Amino acid sequence: MSTASANLTIRNRLGLHARPAMSLVDTASAFASDIKIGKGKQVVDAKSIMQLMMLAATKDTELTVTAEGSDAEAAVAAITALVESKFDEE
Amino acid sequence: MKLQDFVVPEAVVPQLAAATRDEAVAELIDALIAADAAPGGLRDELIEAVLKREKNGSTGFGKGVAIPHVKHEKITKVAAGLGVSATGVDYNALDKQPVYSIFLLLSPADQPDQHLHAMETIFGHLQNDTFRSFLRQAETHEAVTTLLEEADTQSL
Repeated sequence: MSTASANLTIRNRLGLHARPAMSLVDTASAFASDIKIGKGKQVVDAKSIMQLMMLAATKDTELTVTAEGSDAEAAVAAITALVESKFDEE
Repeated sequence: MKLQDFVVPEAVVPQLAAATRDEAVAELIDALIAADAAPGGLRDELIEAVLKREKNGSTGFGKGVAIPHVKHEKITKVAAGLGVSATGVDYNALDKQPVYSIFLLLSPADQPDQHLHAMETIFGHLQNDTFRSFLRQAETHEAVTTLLEEADTQSL
């Protein structure tokens, strides 16, 4: 078991709306690790669309991603890359 | 943001006639237009835009609920219609199960943050098992609007 985490900033103009949130769920679900996304004190399961949408992560929102499990580092790297790519929206 | 800030009471449809996703979307757009929350001239365009969005990925996110939505430049204020189906709508949901509660959300194109806050409110309440099951069972307009009020004041 290992743990990995990173800080992320939402850069796309529309924020973490439904489509990018689904991309995040799809990316996270490909990993065995337990993955959480945090916004301040609010921490949600990265594999749940319902929970991710409750973050209301608008443009410039800072988030943390934390993964725990055998593939934690790869999971954090994949999610970081997805967010940095602005979910291919812009 | 509260549900009552954007769910248009006149666009609450407690007994959807629709049996399919496309019918349900049309029924709720018609309800929003009848409630003056969307311009009548945009009917077909809005239906098409919502369905196009669905084809990019279903907003039937599971647990018997769907949140079809679209951002449009002619929409000036976030507005939602709400449909309830006792028999269930064939929605092409992610979990392949029927959908019983549908929030159809229209947002202005230039206010992405308002859209996210409305979605946050909807998802927040739909996560609550009590809210979801009461909504599914609501058969009258009054039952739905009372439930929205209770959800907003967190008395559920």
